[in-house]
Amino acid sequence: MAKIQVSTKINNENVDYLCEPHDTMLDVLRNQLELTGSKESCGSGDCGSCSIILDGELVCSCLMLAAEAEGSKLETIEGMSEGGKLHALQQKFLEKAALQCGICTPGFLMASKALLDHNPSPTETEVRFWLAGNLCRCTGYDKIVKAVLEVAEDMKESA
Amino acid sequence: MSDTQYLAASTIEEAVNAHSKANGSARFLAGGTDLLVQIKSGIRKPNLVIDVKKIVELNSIEEISENEFVVGASVSGVNLNRNKKFSKLWPGVLEAFRLIGSEQIQGRASLGGNICNGSPAGDSVPALIAAGCIALIAGPNGKREIPIEEFHIGPGKTVLDNGEMLVSLKFPKREINSSDTYLRMTPRTEMDIAVVGCGVNITFENNVCTAARVSLGAVAPTPLLVKEASKIMVGSDLNSEILDKVSKICMDLCDPIDDKRGTIDYRTKVAGVLFKRATLTTIDRIKGN
Repeated sequence: MAKIQVSTKINNENVDYLCEPHDTMLDVLRNQLELTGSKESCGSGDCGSCSIILDGELVCSCLMLAAEAEGSKLETIEGMSEGGKLHALQQKFLEKAALQCGICTPGFLMASKALLDHNPSPTETEVRFWLAGNLCRCTGYDKIVKAVLEVAEDMKESA
Repeated sequence: MSDTQYLAASTIEEAVNAHSKANGSARFLAGGTDLLVQIKSGIRKPNLVIDVKKIVELNSIEEISENEFVVGASVSGVNLNRNKKFSKLWPGVLEAFRLIGSEQIQGRASLGGNICNGSPAGDSVPALIAAGCIALIAGPNGKREIPIEEFHIGPGKTVLDNGEMLVSLKFPKREINSSDTYLRMTPRTEMDIAVVGCGVNITFENNVCTAARVSLGAVAPTPLLVKEASKIMVGSDLNSEILDKVSKICMDLCDPIDDKRGTIDYRTKVAGVLFKRATLTTIDRIKGN
């Protein structure tokens, strides 16, 4: 069966790949492009650990076909730091111990980034609603929510 | 799904032709948040998946005349939410659609997909029925239009024939002094499936109801239009006696399943309660409270 050729931009680099019609975006990211930061936990859109930003929107990469990404811009966790410098959210997650085992963390970071991209000064309620599609079984959510709120506050002060 | 083919259609004609040729083994793909889960779990095994998101008519929100909207079937929750005018005119439709899943799901899941998936508990459907939407359908034999309350014929079953696709939803021209509300009951507060859903759409001028549509979800094999409700509500001031009467009609119409998420008695009672609350909320919205 013929593979499908797909042209995308991933983390600001042009990336072309060949995929099977049934490959999910997550399959291709992890197994072909070696971008293994996005995790597969549930594979059905419930846990958010495969979250990526597709053309500006937060999506589960397990719930889209790799073929659907033709012409799209993707952001994954691998593109979050710049030149070895951690993104403010990554730094704050570390400082606040907003992670334990780390499996959910890339998804939380992408979701938090998407939130602050759309809404730079969210309320605590808005943060909690926005992150409701990301599940963590270790830390609970308080430290994560506080980290996101602090980054939003820091951004306001430095603006 | 290892032998599934993928086609990104660019026109309605291309999508419809491919679907017809596949003789029932094709599925249209919009957001994919239901379809891909069904394929992964083996519930559906399509030979062909036809991506419809690149078709202009399916992907656009158009105001065809002042306060009259047509929304494409593959428009996502995130995109519909960005249309401030639509959100203001149809708050009930928007809140119903936005209740579905997380932010990640909202980025992909489509209005048309929620309808075509055919769940009796699909949140957007009662709101669309209350709104009085018309479904625009394209197929191998041309186009047709049907009221959205006639779209579902059973759990997971719709009126769509082989080759037919839902193209868009036509909303009636929005009159002034009108608003709508969708409420649902779920065991959890979020990320859950409705045990009962209720959509109410009202025009209320000088303390008189001049138009009303009420719809219930998750209490019967298909979402329901409560036809009797309009007759009693229109011409009244929607006082508590009227609301009691219509609430009883809503309860009498319920024919729900009995399961761990809600018993028959519970679902039936809640349907009556949600009708009243949704009506009062709608009146508040019209009055600008």
